[in-house]
Amino acid sequence: MQKHQERSIKHTHESEGGGGREQWGLPEEVTSVEEMIRLYREGKVSDDEFRRFRLQHGMYGSRLNQNYTMIRIKVPAGILYPEQLIRLAKLSEDFSIGSVHVTTRQNIQMHWVYLDDAPAVEKGLVEVGLTTREACGNTIRNVTCSPFAGVCMNEPFDVTPYAKALARFFLRNPMCQNLPRKFKFNFACCDEHSYARIADVGLVPVLKHGADGRSIRGFRVYIGGGLGPASYLAELLEEFTPEDMLLSTCMAVVRLFDRLGDREKMHRNRMRYLVHDMGFERFRELVLKERRAVEMTRSVLAKLYIREIKVDAPEMGQDAMVVELRPFNMPDGFDRWVKSNVMDQRQKGYAVVFIPLPAGDVTARQLRALAGICREFSHEGHVITTPTQGFALRWVMKSRLVELYRRLSEAGLANHGALSIASVVGCTSTTSCNLAITNAHRLAKEIRSRLIELGLDMDESLKDATIKLSGCPNSCGQHMIATIGFFGAAVRINNSLTPAYNMLLGGKVGKDSALGRVVARVPAKRIIDVILRLIDVYREERLEGESLASWIDRVLDGKGTGKIKGIDDLKPIIEEASRLPPPAEDPESYVDYGSDSRFIVRTARGECAA
Amino acid sequence: MLARRYPVLVEPEELLSMLNRGDHSDGGDNGVVLIDVRKEEDYMQGHIPRAVSLPLARVLESMDPRQLHMLFKRLGVDDSKHVIVYDDTFGALAARVAWALEYIGHEKVSLLSITYGRWSSLGYGIERGAGRVDQQHEGYTLADVSADHSILATYDYIQAILEGIKQLQQGKGTSTSTGKRVLLDVRERLNYLDHHIPYAVNIPWKAFTGEERILKPIEEIDALLSYRRISRDDEVIVYCGSVGTLSGLSYYALRLAGYSNVRLYARSLKEWRSLNLPVEGFKDAHYWDLSAE
Repeated sequence: MQKHQERSIKHTHESEGGGGREQWGLPEEVTSVEEMIRLYREGKVSDDEFRRFRLQHGMYGSRLNQNYTMIRIKVPAGILYPEQLIRLAKLSEDFSIGSVHVTTRQNIQMHWVYLDDAPAVEKGLVEVGLTTREACGNTIRNVTCSPFAGVCMNEPFDVTPYAKALARFFLRNPMCQNLPRKFKFNFACCDEHSYARIADVGLVPVLKHGADGRSIRGFRVYIGGGLGPASYLAELLEEFTPEDMLLSTCMAVVRLFDRLGDREKMHRNRMRYLVHDMGFERFRELVLKERRAVEMTRSVLAKLYIREIKVDAPEMGQDAMVVELRPFNMPDGFDRWVKSNVMDQRQKGYAVVFIPLPAGDVTARQLRALAGICREFSHEGHVITTPTQGFALRWVMKSRLVELYRRLSEAGLANHGALSIASVVGCTSTTSCNLAITNAHRLAKEIRSRLIELGLDMDESLKDATIKLSGCPNSCGQHMIATIGFFGAAVRINNSLTPAYNMLLGGKVGKDSALGRVVARVPAKRIIDVILRLIDVYREERLEGESLASWIDRVLDGKGTGKIKGIDDLKPIIEEASRLPPPAEDPESYVDYGSDSRFIVRTARGECAA
Repeated sequence: MLARRYPVLVEPEELLSMLNRGDHSDGGDNGVVLIDVRKEEDYMQGHIPRAVSLPLARVLESMDPRQLHMLFKRLGVDDSKHVIVYDDTFGALAARVAWALEYIGHEKVSLLSITYGRWSSLGYGIERGAGRVDQQHEGYTLADVSADHSILATYDYIQAILEGIKQLQQGKGTSTSTGKRVLLDVRERLNYLDHHIPYAVNIPWKAFTGEERILKPIEEIDALLSYRRISRDDEVIVYCGSVGTLSGLSYYALRLAGYSNVRLYARSLKEWRSLNLPVEGFKDAHYWDLSAE
């Protein structure tokens, strides 16, 4: 009985009413953005003060041009409703470049917005329930959540309500308005699809069966992970944190970081450094101790409001796996699309459809089309942004896939390869970011189209391999967790400064999360050759049924069985494919993608740390 | 320039009542001339009842006030008529035609607040076929046709402004009027970043347009301009990429919001570039690669 009371204080389970639509934005924040920009233009607030405010409200400086801002829209759990997609379309045409960018952390970014127009954008977002609040700056950033949550075959329960509740709890919460540095939460649906180990706090759902036969919900909690110039995988805090201790555990970690985090050294102030420097065991003890303090002292009002989600979808009697679908009226490309973009979901008769976007870019026209398609085909009535910079459309009746495919094709949204090696991730890099050295964004698009052209999205043996690129070491493109990852660099080759990438192999998320190892440095214009060469070598060397990702792991372990015993046997092959003739013979190779002039490195201060 | 006495926008219901009031037994038009500026074949397939056809291309043939005057006169436009213009291209073609009317001194001109497509989708009536053809006004002479140069900007006018700004920046010139002069480029953001007339600011034309109506509500247009510190005392010169259509629509957005000192650079960037006049752009980012187009 006492246990029951305790739980009711810390936790409220409600059934979802009114579609469970969260209103993240606040009208008064439009006014404050308007007022602050005015004061800044009148010279009444300092640059530093304004920057802090700006970042707190999702406005990040644009590459080498102070008149413009990037506006990041925080999308908790990646959930976007049709009206929101339509509004994003309109705002992108009115104030940005006519397309928006989906990020690896499930945010939406609008680039090259004139700073003074920000209040108009803010107003448009708030009207449809969206917010930019705490999308940048030293705050709790977007709470990300597996796009499979709620439909995953392996999940013990749907974590989406927990992700939304945690996002709601921390948004505008005074306890996290001025942290030593940004802080990231991630919810996984299961081990296999988990990104939990690259977050500051990663949460994997677990069901524990009590002696009385009742099951208790809880989480396996990982802390101290993150990607960047120095990346760490999060370590396990405890095997089972019951759901009624979820909030106090999260609060404890945030409080500890707030108190002990380094506020001086800009480049070493993420929590992962604190954990690493102190030693994980020591940090773990402190967290558990802090949690006891939180449990004893926190206000009764501090609780998570868990709203269970009920999807209004008819139950389906019989079912076929998507790969077995052979519709009578199968249009061209349908089979290929199903294989690389569609997955069965837990609920019989329904599928998850992935909509890959070239490096995360989607036009206003496509957003409008997607809104209509979502209304018509998704029984949950919203889309979800994915960590591979695309959209997932879930709760689609399998019997309607042909029709959906046609509709997506018309809108240019039926691109192949979402769940394949062709789903290449690239950060925005030199298209808009101050920190970028190379144009990883364009390169990601080029790699993608080349792989599709070669039909490599169809190759089952490449399916578990991923390619991710960042334009600098800061890892927004998540290159550290790619099978084949790249981050931008400038290298002097044949006495000429050349756009290039450090190449990493063997990164992965999921059950056996691992960070990639740097193995080579490759000129930008040789990246595609190197990737294709690597695939050739793999095809010669692989064991029966071995995937590219597994073969790479084996080589990194020094357990190769053919000509390539270990990574040192692979390096010369990569080097050979990377070679450039002198600039006079091949000037193009010394110029970056998307550029027609000599390569130069121009960067400015990053603002993540500001 | 005085505030407009005729509304910039006419609502569909207003148009219907204007067209339907009184009796038409004598073929009278109630003092209204409704102009459809789409292509002639589109007009033939369906248009708003009582509309006459004047494709935009005809208006663009000449900037000569006398020729323009003749063109409208043939449609029955005279000083007493209230002209209402519509299109199916966001209102931009209609705006350019309306502006041409103002340019030849006909201030009684309005835009239909919605496009033809929306008109028909809302179930307002349409009629097909040739409709009313040109009314030949024989014996009309081209007497004293003047043009309102206060709403036009030419390249040399803009050059003079640029010179003035330059001198002001160098501390040589003095500001003569109470307001400033603002060169407003209404092309899409990426085009503007790539190149634009020096000192021009950019508000993409779509920022002035509504989801369902050709222009946003006055308060929203006003907010946009005030965010950019453009005031009603300023002279605003709008231009776009080609023939003054998208900038024409933007011209009317400003007029709607009560900005009376607005000029259209009717030949826009197309002429500016053909004359090899200076442009500037931002070259430190690969922003084109962010576009999903």
